[in-house]
Amino acid sequence: MKLLKALVLPVALLIVWEIAMRVSGVQSDSLAAPSQIAVAFYAAMLDGTIPRRTAETLRAALTGLAIGGGSALVASIVLGLVPPVARLMQFSIEVLRPVPAVALIPVAILSLGFGYGMEISLVAFATFWPVLIYGHAAIANIEPQLLDVSRVLRLSTFGRVTKVVLPATLPRYFVAFRLATAVSLIVAVTVEIAANPLGIGYELMTASQSLHPDLMFALVLWIGLVGWGLNGALLLAQRRLFGPAAMAEIAR
Amino acid sequence: MTIASRTFWIAGSIMVTALLVWGWQLIADYGGIPPVFLPGPDRAFRALLSGFDGGELTRLTRATVERMIYGWILASLAGIVVGALIGSSRLAREYIAPMLEIVRPVPVSAFMPVVMAFLGLTGTMVLVVIAIGSIWPVLLATVHGVSSVEPRLMEVSQSLRLGRLRTLWKIALPNAQPDILAGMRIGLTVALILAVVGEMLTSENGLGWYVLQSARAYRSADLFAGVIVLGLIGLISNLALQAVERHVLRWKRR
Repeated sequence: MKLLKALVLPVALLIVWEIAMRVSGVQSDSLAAPSQIAVAFYAAMLDGTIPRRTAETLRAALTGLAIGGGSALVASIVLGLVPPVARLMQFSIEVLRPVPAVALIPVAILSLGFGYGMEISLVAFATFWPVLIYGHAAIANIEPQLLDVSRVLRLSTFGRVTKVVLPATLPRYFVAFRLATAVSLIVAVTVEIAANPLGIGYELMTASQSLHPDLMFALVLWIGLVGWGLNGALLLAQRRLFGPAAMAEIAR
Repeated sequence: MTIASRTFWIAGSIMVTALLVWGWQLIADYGGIPPVFLPGPDRAFRALLSGFDGGELTRLTRATVERMIYGWILASLAGIVVGALIGSSRLAREYIAPMLEIVRPVPVSAFMPVVMAFLGLTGTMVLVVIAIGSIWPVLLATVHGVSSVEPRLMEVSQSLRLGRLRTLWKIALPNAQPDILAGMRIGLTVALILAVVGEMLTSENGLGWYVLQSARAYRSADLFAGVIVLGLIGLISNLALQAVERHVLRWKRR
């Protein structure tokens, strides 16, 4: 019933849109009827354009996420376990974090040229910060007694990290990486739209500029679907793996 | 932590930043990277100063900031009004809210080519994209805040026979205030990002256009000066909104 109600409006809009396009008979360079969009989507799926472009975007986004998120994971553990370092780095972090990743696009073009390298490094920069901040907060929230236990057991630093810190903070790191995944896709697509001749974003830009509104709308929908699918899959995994543990409130 | 030790750590962390800048200078001077690609902080700051002296950077900064603020204000007003309407009506929540959830995961920059197809490469296009992009955080936060009112407060409004509008005004919106402000803060960040990307695409006057142009002309010092200004805009706008949040929400702290 809930689903039915949710579907009423989108379906009604689609029907009105389709009828309006057919009745008015406009040949528009910027609008296409839903049926034309569906046809363009099907065609672009079939001739391999969408799968190929999606693979390019995901490759850049996920590699960047692995690099940015991975180094943030290490950095946040250091910040969390050695408070003086966290205090000393605070000003540098606060100054660097608000730099919008897109402002660095020209820097990346200048130093790396077009291609995967610049896109990956921009995604890495953008995904570094959320994982660092959430991760640091997660470690600060570890039950102090757990750390006491690790001290009593005389675990080495490595043992402390792998046996106590990581297991205790895993659910929160998972949430951090889920949010960073969304960021990575957004940044990748944005970089492609703004400059980089790769991936779905570039295809979308080309469709818009070569006056193919049907393909353009199909691609926008597809990007939304990819983002939705990634987030949905990670949410599902999060619920399966951690249950309510991951639902703990994270301050923004 | 005592005030003395806190001052000590803050001074220390500023020192670390200074050390990092010094490291940047060393890499630029002796790292073997051609100055065309990496300017030292000295050259970047000189470019920054001369840019503001000559008035060019001032003008571009103003263009970008105005664009960002106008789009953001437009988006915030629309987001709060529409969000309040959707959030306060059960019917709208059931029928309209799910559609918002469908549109939400689309990266906002993907709307840029769509709006471009309608409005071309113009300043209006950039403004519209900024407004579309930064409306989401505000809109969704308002829907959430308005619809998650403590049931007892709703009972109070019923027994006081407040109408729907007055309930909204006196109870639901104040309840949503923290959400709305948090949403607006995210919206402003989005607005800055979209302003920069929009300027890069349209060659509209502004810092986004300036940094891209500087990179194309291999004027790395100007490029870094532009990036520094953009970083400062992000930093200052975020700090300002945090201060507003603290001030407006002081009733929440016990």
